[in-house]
Amino acid sequence: MQPSRAAPKEAARTIYLDNAATTCTDGRVASLIHEMLCEEYGNPSSLHNMGLRAERRVAAARRQVASLAGCREEEVYFTSGATEANNLALIGAARAKARRGRRIVTSQIEHASVLSALDSLAADGFDIVKIPPRSDGTVDPEAFAEAVDEGTVLASCMLVNNETGALCDVADIAGRCKAKNPQLLFHCDGVQALGKVPFSFKKLPVDLMSFSGHKLFAPKGIGALVVKKGVRLLPLLYGGKQQGGLRPGTENTAYIAGMGLACELARQEFSARLAQMERLHDHLLKKIAETPQLCSNSPLKCAPNIVNLSVPGIRSETMLHFLEGRGIYVSSASACTKGAKSHVLAAMGLPDRLVDSALRLSFSPDITEEDLDLTIAALCEGASSLARA
Amino acid sequence: MKEILLLKEGEIALKGQNRSSFEDLLIKNAKRRLRALGPFSYFKAQSTIYVTPEDDGIDMDEAFEVAGRVFGVAAYCRACVVEKDYGAICEAAREYLAPALRAVKTFKVEAKRSDKSFPMRSPEICRELGGFLLESFPHLRVDVQNPDVVVIAEIRERGAYLHAGQLPGAGGIPVGSSGRAGLLISGGIDSPVAGYMMAKRGLELSAIHFESPPYTSERAREKVMALLQKLVPYCGRIKCYVVPFTKIQEEIRKNCPEDLFTIIMRRYMMRLSDRIAKEGGLSALVTGESLGQVASQTMLAMACTGAVTDLPIFRPVIGMDKNEIVAIARKIDTFETSILPYEDCCTVFTPRHPRTRPKLEMVEQAEQALQGGALVEEAFAATETVWIREL
Repeated sequence: MQPSRAAPKEAARTIYLDNAATTCTDGRVASLIHEMLCEEYGNPSSLHNMGLRAERRVAAARRQVASLAGCREEEVYFTSGATEANNLALIGAARAKARRGRRIVTSQIEHASVLSALDSLAADGFDIVKIPPRSDGTVDPEAFAEAVDEGTVLASCMLVNNETGALCDVADIAGRCKAKNPQLLFHCDGVQALGKVPFSFKKLPVDLMSFSGHKLFAPKGIGALVVKKGVRLLPLLYGGKQQGGLRPGTENTAYIAGMGLACELARQEFSARLAQMERLHDHLLKKIAETPQLCSNSPLKCAPNIVNLSVPGIRSETMLHFLEGRGIYVSSASACTKGAKSHVLAAMGLPDRLVDSALRLSFSPDITEEDLDLTIAALCEGASSLARA
Repeated sequence: MKEILLLKEGEIALKGQNRSSFEDLLIKNAKRRLRALGPFSYFKAQSTIYVTPEDDGIDMDEAFEVAGRVFGVAAYCRACVVEKDYGAICEAAREYLAPALRAVKTFKVEAKRSDKSFPMRSPEICRELGGFLLESFPHLRVDVQNPDVVVIAEIRERGAYLHAGQLPGAGGIPVGSSGRAGLLISGGIDSPVAGYMMAKRGLELSAIHFESPPYTSERAREKVMALLQKLVPYCGRIKCYVVPFTKIQEEIRKNCPEDLFTIIMRRYMMRLSDRIAKEGGLSALVTGESLGQVASQTMLAMACTGAVTDLPIFRPVIGMDKNEIVAIARKIDTFETSILPYEDCCTVFTPRHPRTRPKLEMVEQAEQALQGGALVEEAFAATETVWIREL
């Protein structure tokens, strides 16, 4: 049979530089998931031995996630992903604390699943304050804490920004917020940080932290919310008694086990992966500095697996498709906003010509310096051959 | 900046000639608990154990938490080690104490100078260091009556130490200093609390658990192991005896009056515990009984259960209400596990109307129908042992 569409132009090899959008599932994780689906398919709530075995797998995965995140195993709640984890954290906390006050403080660079969840709370009468980032894309701890008052029940700030890789000093931000109002709950979106930058939940003065599996070589459809012991949330869903009733529904045992293993691997290989990401990061930044058609939008303090750059004059989407034709996959803004103008870069105060031409490159351990050189060459080729907007 | 832990001895400092054996045991226990975090060195002076990390990567937050659960420690704190020089002390105080001082409004300084060669006297240190901190942190006020934070500067032989006040420790006396005993544990709320309380008074615990498959499940056994794991940070490692109890329960059910089922069952638990204790070198038994809580925990029922052993039976929660027991269970983090809803050996075959005032003769008479000795020996021979160790 003939393929219905023309095959894409032959490319030497696929260079996948969109790992902040999603990753390829690790083969070891996929095998484990296959085994779980076909053999260990018991319901963890079943009383019999097969149920017990499934329950043990979930417990083991919980330990693996806890170990990477630096929290206690009983603080881990599995969700369908980070969007659910963020929603559960913010809406669950706001509803539980609604009688104490109505103010919620966050930053303008948060992920859509945080900002939209908070917008839904605004409709319920909460007052949402969104702090703009500094020009380097990070959040100013002083300015953030300034917005916290006695009636503030909740604050949320991400650890690593998904578009620029900017690393926010959440320890300082949350510490200042709690010093001003010890009652408030602090949520941190840790999706882009887990397994990528060193941190430990228990060392951060935060109460809630969200994670995703598919940014870490586990499949889509699995995530986790860490809830500090003693913090009470109201559930979003009602059902059985699974996961303490906070997240009812039969556990997705296969994906939970998969996320557990992905976390375990990330923990074991942490230093090696980090060193490689730093090497790639330094290499790419050096190349960008040497290439006059390109400029970097990533701050100095950032996660080493993400670089945001602009090719002034060429619209992001145009360049993205141009690169795609050469087997190179990157992202314009974040994948979740599908081509909409980046709210993060705009909030940083970047001029339109940089915002409109911004691309995000995000690495995995498969990427080599040579891949980056090929990418730079392709970007230059695009910059000279594509029509200016 | 080098940070260490100071463990302040409580009543063991009053132990006269035995003091050093208590101290050595305390150090041994602390070593065991902290070992997993990395290498530490230990020395004792002035009723204080100085615990120094010997590796830069050691997680001191974790170590602090662990130390808070070691019995025999009346109070504990983390302190920074400073050169015995006033200028150095000031510099260190400004940096090390900043997080503690920024979060409060009032403070005072206390000085303890046991190294009398240090040129400043204690009141002078207090005054000068207090003044210096006031200048460094202009939002602070001094309040000697009721300060938010007490800054303590200790000038000792080996060095100077600075800290922002201590927390109450786990209290009690070191585990092992009172000998070894067997804790009867079912999986409920009370027995782990009883174990915690007796470990606090220096008992090294072994656990004795009765299981009745298929009436009880593997989950019930895991629950007990999980509870013991929660006790390990306080009690140290625990050897658990798991006694197969199904046959005894079935025999009682078949041959004895229903209203005496529970009391006879508990007598068999005691007989087996007695047997295990004598084999395993345990000198007492510990239970989570609370007077009048259930039919088997009336005074007369306890007299009947106690009659089968000559070992002392410690019942530390005997005079406590359920809510008081629950408060401790929450503190030691066993509560959430205890309330998991699995059948345990005490809840299967529960009689509809258990006798609350059993007479010993009546019970002994009823037991005639059983091959008692053989049942005990059979269960004892099939008893498994499981070690629950520090994670």
